[in-house]
Amino acid sequence: MEQLMQQIVNGISLGSIYALIALGYTMVYGIIKLINFAHGDIYMIGAYTGFAVVTYTNLGFFPALIIAMIACSALGVVTEKVAYKPLRSASRIAVLITAIGVSLLMEYVMMFFVTADVRSYPDVLSNASFEIGGVIIKMQQIYILITTVPLMVFLQYIVHRTKVGKAMRAVSIDRDAAELMGIKVDQTISYTFAIGSALAGAAGVLVGIYYNSINPLMGIMPGLKAFVAAVLGGIGSIPGAMIGGMSIGVIENMVSGYGGSLIKDAVVFAILIIVLLVKPSGILGKNTREKV
Amino acid sequence: MKKLFTRNALITLILMAVSFVLVEVLIQANIITAYYQITLATICINIIMAVSLNLVTGFTGQFSLGHAGFMSIGAYTCGIITVANPTVGGFLTGIVMGAVLAALAGIIIGIPTLRLKGDYLAIATLGFAEIIRIIVQTLDITGGAAGLNGVPKFTNWPWFWFFTVLTIILVNNFIHSSHGRACIAIREDEIAAEAMGINTTKYKVMAFAVGAFFAGIGGALYASTFFFLKPATFGFLKSIDYLVIVVLGGMGSITGSVVAGIFLAVVNTVLAEFTAVRMIIYAALLVVVMIFRPQGLMGSKEITFKLLQKKPQSNKQE
Repeated sequence: MEQLMQQIVNGISLGSIYALIALGYTMVYGIIKLINFAHGDIYMIGAYTGFAVVTYTNLGFFPALIIAMIACSALGVVTEKVAYKPLRSASRIAVLITAIGVSLLMEYVMMFFVTADVRSYPDVLSNASFEIGGVIIKMQQIYILITTVPLMVFLQYIVHRTKVGKAMRAVSIDRDAAELMGIKVDQTISYTFAIGSALAGAAGVLVGIYYNSINPLMGIMPGLKAFVAAVLGGIGSIPGAMIGGMSIGVIENMVSGYGGSLIKDAVVFAILIIVLLVKPSGILGKNTREKV
Repeated sequence: MKKLFTRNALITLILMAVSFVLVEVLIQANIITAYYQITLATICINIIMAVSLNLVTGFTGQFSLGHAGFMSIGAYTCGIITVANPTVGGFLTGIVMGAVLAALAGIIIGIPTLRLKGDYLAIATLGFAEIIRIIVQTLDITGGAAGLNGVPKFTNWPWFWFFTVLTIILVNNFIHSSHGRACIAIREDEIAAEAMGINTTKYKVMAFAVGAFFAGIGGALYASTFFFLKPATFGFLKSIDYLVIVVLGGMGSITGSVVAGIFLAVVNTVLAEFTAVRMIIYAALLVVVMIFRPQGLMGSKEITFKLLQKKPQSNKQE
């Protein structure tokens, strides 16, 4: 029982990070129907930005987080403008291949500059931990939650209570109609990329601190898992991404906690395939019918 | 197609024989040294993998990110069989078994996933390839994460030549058969194809299985050439390598895949010491080609001998 609780606690802190990344996937997919493969790498660059800030400027955790978020959102917007915008009317496979290309480009440009070595994050958050009823909770896990939960609440606020959010929802429902209503579609897409990438950047810093190691290819697996989380929750749905992220985090920790650490990635992909086959719209997604 | 020895078929045959003899002579004369023979092997494996992936992605329009998964099945099957039975017979058995097992995996994976479309299919195939990799990593017979060492080397130029030519001819014939036309129809418009009475699931799975079969052959040749297999070799990036070739050469162009396969293997050799730079070039190529020429360098055109003849006949391939 204690071990179960422990795995759930660990799972929630990992899952909230997946959820942050999944939000970016789901928002971008919702608005331009693109699996942004480069999203995991934006998360990686967020981790490196945070690393650089903490190491070279001695700023604390929160300034590093904010700088990483700003850098990532700028990068996300530039990526969209340079690589995805010229392909707005191209086939979806062409855009997907471009996204894979952008992803590789980011990984290996980073590798070129920072080398492939694994770096360890400096201790910016205390390593303290305390015990409640046999369950060990690290201070870092608390920090993860007090970072991710407000970000998610803030995102819900933006999407449902502001004009930008309204524009995003309109574009994701029907881009042409939204344009006719006077919504600046390109600008809205840029906002979406900015917000999604900022969340990924925050996730990068948190993972860097939590796992204490970063490398240029660290974005591939969490990126794919966050995508699985987005699909599980229902792609295009923001609460869905949160639920999906938490579920994937908890499941992954359960599997590795009970002796299956070798196969934990396989389990995540098996979940993806099962979801795609049984209920492709995910937990909270809407069914879409195909038209000729 | 009625006459067995049309002029084009004869020219093709002669060209194949010339390519074989020419390279063989160069190897005997030690102009293609042992070092460049590895490039030669990479070229042939690239061509086999890219042509088979092109059948799935370029001709049938099913975007697959899991081609390396099938390759690993072929590689490990051949590796395990030839380690147990290091004879030419064992090697042949290994190749055939590897290809058959890969094709079986293709059918098993294809039946459920090919109901999905576009990007979902891409992710599902990626997921399956990762699952294959993780299974290989946990099994004992494959050597686990440490890898399978000491696969005996049987491959040389005649083997490579034979299997590369075999792959190109068989895939080419498949595409120009009624099955192939059904596949192309599915690529152009799946709903319309279905309305015309094409059993879309059947042909998609068929293309997938044929593609996986040749990927298995490619993997088997890989195992025998590089004699060391580890699960990480056949990860996501390996699938991307072959996707780059298909995209660069043109989705739906076999000759495009051949040319791009040769080109990228040469680029690989030249940049062998600069992995990061090589991958940056790959990635930039993908993005630039997609932005400026989304159909790939060759599009769906083929280099044919008809192009070289003076009287342009109706040389549409589709």
